[in-house]
Amino acid sequence: MANPSSTESLESLRGRALVELRSASAEELDAWRSKYLGRRGAVTQLLRGIAEMPVEERRRFGAAANLLREEMEVALANRQAPVAGRARIDVSLPGRRPQTGRLHPTTWTIRDITAAFGAMGFQVVEGPEVEYDHYNFTALNIPQDHPARDMWDTLWIDRIDADGKRRVLLRTHTSPMQARVMETSRPPVRVVVPGRCYRYEATDATHEWHFHQVEGLAVAEGITFADLKGTLYEFARRIFGSDRKVRFRCDYFPFVEPGVDMAIDWKGQWLEIMGAGMVHPRVLAGVGYDPEKYTGFAFGIGVERVAILRHGIDDIRQFAANDLRFLSQF
Amino acid sequence: MRIPVSWLKDYVPLATPIEEVARRLTMAGLEVEAIERTGGDWRGIVVGHVQAVRPHPNADRLRLVTVDTGKETVEVVCGAPNVAEGQKIAYAAVGATLVDGHTGKPAQLKPARIRGVVSNGMVCSERELGISQEHEGILVLSVDAPIGTPLADVLGDAILDIKVSPNRPDCLSLLGIAREIAALTDVRAVPPPVEYPESGPPVGSLAQVRIDDPDLCRRYTASVIAGIRVGPSPQWLVDRLGLLGQNPINNVVDVTNYVMLEMGQPLHAFNLREVHGGTVVVRRATQGEKLLTLDGAERSLPGDALVIADTERPIGLAGVIGGLRSGITEATTDILLESATFDAANNRRTQAALAIKTEATVRFEKGLRPELAEVALKRATRLIHEVCGGTVAAGWIDVWPGREQHDPSVMVTRRKLAQVLGVEYPEHQVEKTLAALGCTVAFTTDGWRITPPYWRSDITIPEDAAEELARVIGYDTIPTRVISGELPRWIPNPRRDVRERVRDALVACGMQEVVTYPLTTEESMARVRPPAGPKPLRVANPMSSEFGALRTTLREGVLRAVARNTHTWRGPIALFECARVYLDQGEGLPQEREMAVGAFVGPRQATHWSGGVAPVFDFFDARGAVESVLETLGIEAEFAATAEDATFAAGRYASVAAGGRRLGVVGEVSPDVLVAIGCDASPVAMFEIDVDAIADLIASRPRSDVQFKPFGRYPESVRDLSIVVDQNVEAGKVLALAKRARLVADATVFDEYRGTGLAAGKKALGLRIVYQAPDRTLTSEEIDRAHSSILRGLEHEFGAVLRS
Repeated sequence: MANPSSTESLESLRGRALVELRSASAEELDAWRSKYLGRRGAVTQLLRGIAEMPVEERRRFGAAANLLREEMEVALANRQAPVAGRARIDVSLPGRRPQTGRLHPTTWTIRDITAAFGAMGFQVVEGPEVEYDHYNFTALNIPQDHPARDMWDTLWIDRIDADGKRRVLLRTHTSPMQARVMETSRPPVRVVVPGRCYRYEATDATHEWHFHQVEGLAVAEGITFADLKGTLYEFARRIFGSDRKVRFRCDYFPFVEPGVDMAIDWKGQWLEIMGAGMVHPRVLAGVGYDPEKYTGFAFGIGVERVAILRHGIDDIRQFAANDLRFLSQF
Repeated sequence: MRIPVSWLKDYVPLATPIEEVARRLTMAGLEVEAIERTGGDWRGIVVGHVQAVRPHPNADRLRLVTVDTGKETVEVVCGAPNVAEGQKIAYAAVGATLVDGHTGKPAQLKPARIRGVVSNGMVCSERELGISQEHEGILVLSVDAPIGTPLADVLGDAILDIKVSPNRPDCLSLLGIAREIAALTDVRAVPPPVEYPESGPPVGSLAQVRIDDPDLCRRYTASVIAGIRVGPSPQWLVDRLGLLGQNPINNVVDVTNYVMLEMGQPLHAFNLREVHGGTVVVRRATQGEKLLTLDGAERSLPGDALVIADTERPIGLAGVIGGLRSGITEATTDILLESATFDAANNRRTQAALAIKTEATVRFEKGLRPELAEVALKRATRLIHEVCGGTVAAGWIDVWPGREQHDPSVMVTRRKLAQVLGVEYPEHQVEKTLAALGCTVAFTTDGWRITPPYWRSDITIPEDAAEELARVIGYDTIPTRVISGELPRWIPNPRRDVRERVRDALVACGMQEVVTYPLTTEESMARVRPPAGPKPLRVANPMSSEFGALRTTLREGVLRAVARNTHTWRGPIALFECARVYLDQGEGLPQEREMAVGAFVGPRQATHWSGGVAPVFDFFDARGAVESVLETLGIEAEFAATAEDATFAAGRYASVAAGGRRLGVVGEVSPDVLVAIGCDASPVAMFEIDVDAIADLIASRPRSDVQFKPFGRYPESVRDLSIVVDQNVEAGKVLALAKRARLVADATVFDEYRGTGLAAGKKALGLRIVYQAPDRTLTSEEIDRAHSSILRGLEHEFGAVLRS
């Protein structure tokens, strides 16, 4: 049995040689060459020893030793002549790119949005997508038999409770987290809630049955409509830049009063990107907050809409098509 | 709601251009989704004034007309017999588009010389304007039409298509929109007249009303008109209903519909002869009660439904649809006109139970004020008298059980307004704005007691009043202030943190993130043969059969995305998704588990001039990605061959675990699964990681998951070791032994070889071992001893022999 330490590994030979080359003076370069690459040099010796190796080992070892010899010759050449003296390269040839990965545009749009609000003190929380109608509707001042329920065409889970009622649904917005967050904390509250939402809706270029929202909620003493407006304008400035036109108009959502719709200029039209407003006192009272003491605002941003506006995407259905020709552009 | 501007003008002067009116409505919460124009393309056609008419020097039947167009005075050759001095006419300048009198097709008006005289434009007939076939003479406009205004403003109509939110049933009416416009443009709305002559006997002698269920009917008003003639409606009524897409039925029904569109209160007329005992009873339906409704359907009434009955049986379904028997026909002479206030939630339950949605339910379900019933009753009574004749009974029936408790007023303090809006409007502005909306405003010490007008059922709390002020004065007048104040206590969210780190790590591995639909079908998921788990939750009302169940695995979606891209993408395909699966727990909400699935297929690198053909992705790419992700999170993963997951090809996959916890699986997808999913390319390497399990694992350790390890300051020595072992010996175990050995800083496998030169069933492994001590430079002898010791260990543990 051969002693495993009897031959020096190529790896340690390489290390030793390159260290020596680095510290060698110009006069010593010839000596270095002889020591490693000359007829009796270390690498040459190694290659000679190849004849005694098993056949299948020979090829592999030979290839590795040859690579090492090339590397050492290049290193020596670099020491001997300045780079300028070497052969010209065709710099117009494409570079060697590592395989690049990318996030889905939805993911990093959510990251941008949550970061913009994060800088204003909002924390990120998340909640269930399969939800009780209590949180999706009732706790948001949309009781059973309220006509506003028609504003959200709902996909229901096929489960009927003992009393014959359906109570579980796919959340139609991220707003159920308003009540869930407030139930488990006391003011001040300042959160954003990214997540998937679902609607029973026919799809077209600007509507999808599956989409993402970022909900926002801020409740404390002294929060007013002016804070809502200022915070959302600041968001728009961070996400779209300060020269993009913004429209801020009255709208109705049962869980806010006053209510707001915010739209951004999109090819000469207004594209609504969020509903917002001051949290309705009944929503606050429903979670045990005193509406005489606390006020707050809430908003729900359409994530895909934001991405559409920023990138000029002409069809929201691209977001779930997963075509690399689309995804590789972002 | 479609709002024709021509009709709107009955109730509000429109001093502001309609586009601006639309903009203000939109800003104030009534979104105008479209302005529909009626009339032709009348660009270049304006109101002209005929200043003089002279004979044509070369033709007896032609005349020369001098027209003031508002901008200039022009001479036009005209052949119409009815043109006369002083008329207002439609003048088309050269370049305008008109309907050609001969071909009937639109054509552009060209400069013309007629019998030697230049005609600068044209005076138009109705046919040329596309209004009618009339071509004998020119169209003569009203004398007060302003000279120079576009013809469209005088003759055309615009219809505003307004999206009315559920809190504003008042705006499901012409008058409601007129009132909004009045408040927003600082003019006064004029409600229509409601007076009529009462010449019949006292109403009480003809009919009575009783409310048995006052919780569902707050107020019931009625009038009686006798001796009417039922027949077709006059043209103006037919035309107006037509503008809103309603077909005429008969003059009585048309009036009730007209008043509903005008004022927002649904009304109903009963044939009084069919009201048994002349008595209307408002009550809940009894068990098993049926009603033949106006649409000809026999309906079984739900027990909670409110009916209008006579002393014997139901004659209508309150606020939903009338009964056929008591309906108005040509033979009807005496009617009882109903205008009532029904409970909104009950109305909605009934329409849902019977699947009937009518113009009436759309309004009642949103809640109407009892005061509106009275006004609408009077308006409709007047119009029926006007249109259908007859005599109106003296007085009207009014049953209003809760009248004494009815107080719609709202206290609004200055403090509340400032607390909500963050701005203090001057008192006179508050009062003026609320008054413009029809509110009665009374001073109190700290604010105002406001009584909303009878048509506004939505103003019930001070916040509502705050919104009214802000939207009318304008949201743009609210100052902006970025939120400040105390920050909430920080709450960590490890689940999300871990998931986002997994995403970043996979992107760093060169993978593209995808987002697939969480809804799919059970059958489709079964095609990828995932391990058994809870049955998927089903959607009760799926949009289509392909979205009927919530996914319990991400594998299907990712594999489909891979398959789709193989046809359109030439380079490497490496996709992953980080998302939830939904695991039914039998009751309550499902568990939503964060998972990550990735898949690879195709060449490992894009084509490059220096490269040649790149090798294709295989098991080790997927495994490498998992190693990389877990290493990023400070987790050392263990991979073990396993045999219970049918998604993967036998013998080509492994379980992933750490610290005894299962974290996922990695392998090459079974060819059968690829066929089932429709993926032509292979091999497909795939992994699945349970992100929540990783979050749990990390949470159970100290807060910082990646810990710094000092690296040695003394030199390393590298030695290679080639051994031969049985093929079933796992390289991972060999490597683990080497890593555990004394003085070993690191070790790796640099080669695996099977084939010629080795005995059958054997393989060669090349190990590269790095020796280092933390406190000294190792001597050659120390390294020799350590190296030999590893070899002995391998001989003992795995029957390894040094390769010679």
